Amino acid sequence: MPNNDTMSGTLGVPVVALGDVHKSFGPVHALSGATLTVHAGECIGLVGHNGAGKSTLVNVINGRLEPTSGDLAFAGETPGQPPKGAQRAARAGVRSVFQELSLCPNLTVAENLRIPYRTMPRWGWRALARKTVRAALDEVFPDHGITARTLVGDLPLAERQMVEIAIAFSRRDSDARLVILDEPTSSLDAAIALQLLTHIRRFCDSGGAVIFISHMLGEVFGVASRIVVMKDGRITEDRPTKGFTRATLVDAMGHVASAATRTTSRDFGAEVLRLPNGLAARRGEVVGLAGLAGHGQAEVLADFFFSRSSTWHARRKPHVAFVAGDRSRDGVLPLWSILRNLGLMTLREHSSRGMVDHAQERAIGDTWRERIKIRTDDMTNPILSLSGGNQQKVLFARALASSAPIVVMDDPMRGVDVGTKKEVYRMIRAEAEQGRTFLWYSTETDEILECDRVFVFRNGAVSAELTGDAITEENMLRASFEMQEAAE
Amino acid sequence: MTREHLRFMLPILSLSILLVGVFYLQPRAMSYFGLNLLFNLAIPVALATIAQMMIIMVNDIDLSIGTFVSFCACVTATLVQDTPLLGYTVLALAIVGYAAIGAVIHIRGLPAIVVTLGMSFVWAGLAVLLLPSPGGSPPPWLRTLMTMKPPLVPFAIIAACVIAAVTHLFIKRSSFGVLLRGVGGNERALERSGWSIVWLKAAAYGLAGLFGVLAGMALVGLTTSADANIALRYTLLSIAGVILGGGEFTGGRVSPIGAVIGALTLTLAASFLSFLRLSSDWQIGAQGAILILVLAVRLLVSRREGAA
Repeated sequence: MPNNDTMSGTLGVPVVALGDVHKSFGPVHALSGATLTVHAGECIGLVGHNGAGKSTLVNVINGRLEPTSGDLAFAGETPGQPPKGAQRAARAGVRSVFQELSLCPNLTVAENLRIPYRTMPRWGWRALARKTVRAALDEVFPDHGITARTLVGDLPLAERQMVEIAIAFSRRDSDARLVILDEPTSSLDAAIALQLLTHIRRFCDSGGAVIFISHMLGEVFGVASRIVVMKDGRITEDRPTKGFTRATLVDAMGHVASAATRTTSRDFGAEVLRLPNGLAARRGEVVGLAGLAGHGQAEVLADFFFSRSSTWHARRKPHVAFVAGDRSRDGVLPLWSILRNLGLMTLREHSSRGMVDHAQERAIGDTWRERIKIRTDDMTNPILSLSGGNQQKVLFARALASSAPIVVMDDPMRGVDVGTKKEVYRMIRAEAEQGRTFLWYSTETDEILECDRVFVFRNGAVSAELTGDAITEENMLRASFEMQEAAE
Repeated sequence: MTREHLRFMLPILSLSILLVGVFYLQPRAMSYFGLNLLFNLAIPVALATIAQMMIIMVNDIDLSIGTFVSFCACVTATLVQDTPLLGYTVLALAIVGYAAIGAVIHIRGLPAIVVTLGMSFVWAGLAVLLLPSPGGSPPPWLRTLMTMKPPLVPFAIIAACVIAAVTHLFIKRSSFGVLLRGVGGNERALERSGWSIVWLKAAAYGLAGLFGVLAGMALVGLTTSADANIALRYTLLSIAGVILGGGEFTGGRVSPIGAVIGALTLTLAASFLSFLRLSSDWQIGAQGAILILVLAVRLLVSRREGAA
């Protein structure tokens, strides 16, 4: 193996440098003007709220996304035509551990090393792979108890994550110079997480660099030498860890514009639902589910919805209606007309003797086109003729047209323009005043600020319940990020 | 006992039980000649099952393998016999064609089940064009190979062992095999590491084509003539063989040794049912029942494993 005597170069030498990097997806600027240099021996803690651009930034560095404009330079690159994308980053020694695991569950622990190890020797590779993986695991997680011959699919989640981390740090054809860890400790227990943090420090001391993304602020403070804060696709703060306290860090993550006018609190009716995890709602209340994306909010909503609806037959009067956020996956029936899509929930409610009542279907269609302003001339046009925002309105109308007293919304405003959002907020308010209850999971702070009561989720559990004036972005951030020490 | 061991034991167990049943019904089968007769026709089935396994390994399914094997059998019995150069070229092109289908399926994001179903009509049509009525004859070397009588162990058994060993070494032990299985396990992980999924999928399909060609040739070598419909049942037999052998439809979990054993089991099941004097009308249904039984046992075992 070439140049594996040291982990990397001298301390302080840049490993990767981004100069004014922009990345946009259509009209959305996911990353604007990011300038960042990662030096050897540094551990950068990257923090920010949902959609702040953290993943876009690291994906530009690891080559999975091509920046729209700007410079990206890796250390040790010879001038000329460098290889593109992921290959280029891999050659420069950039390794990533992603939140969703990227191991093959049908392969053994050792075989999984083969996949990033591109120049694996053809003969005797199995012994080499086993030896390398064992060495890497021993180094990062002493006393791990994982054997190289085990199938990854047979390992518990935590051990899979350990394997993935160990593979990222392992020695192979090109050495690890920069390791990007995206929420690496999310399924590790405190002792194992501590081993990882110790290893990160050791790795950095020997000249490696790490970008560490975590919602556990204790861990970030424990391991990072520099903290980079991102907000709305920009790097807003980039200072040594010493320059932050937890309070200033949380402040730094918040939006500049804030303080939406709070509606005066209304009187709500009786409690209509209470779940074992503490989530509760009263009649006519808009309840928000906040927290970082992927902390169990969508699962709670889905479990609740399925527990209140039958698998076998649709009720004439449904208890709960569902508004999907992932339109193409669980919302729109792409081959159907707008009207058919809209009438799906109310098919049973407004059918007579098993037949669809077309007159009534049309009446509902016309009512809702008027009320929610679906921009179309003809409700029998195919649903895909509408823009994304208008498709989402149809999905709202589908739920609101039913008589269901509870409406569950799974981040329904993803990718919807501001105008539509305002209309829908108004609609939700009006419906809530008439006594309907809303459960609203949203990744956007403005939407959560619209709610009467907010439950903040962290690691699948409710970490805070906020009501009235306590619903502020600061409180939400505080509850979304772990404030205790890493090893509690 | 891990899941992998169970996955491996179950096919062996079902084969042994069937074998005991056959020997009980027909003790004379317990001989060199008897075993050869029992397992002779399992060789092309085993090769076709391996072909199917290559496709299932990358999370697709091949509904054209039966007609493809028929087509290859027709080519072998006619072109290879009459004009060897042209014949072998056609077979080589068929393999390339298979690889190309794999690439197209991946690039265009088409469902493999639809594309291969369509291709099955193409192969069937080509086979009929080539050989409108049953006939043809195998090249002499093939006939000699397939009717070989090695001492002690019948050829069918040796061939099955060789097929199993070679494919096991390639799929389970080689570093390229790991990549192929990785495509089935987590395509995105491979993509992130910079591997070309198109090439890997094309390779898997190409290998399926290769084993399909071998199955067609072996079949002609055994039956001495071909027919455009000779191997239609192979499509379902091969899928059943892969699953019976411990493979799964998704996730790249396949076992070459298991697949060969699965093919042997299915062939043996047919003989077992004839020994039971079951009318041939019922045989396919009974074969299905055996399959469901084995799969039910596997499901029970893996459920318990999952609960534990």
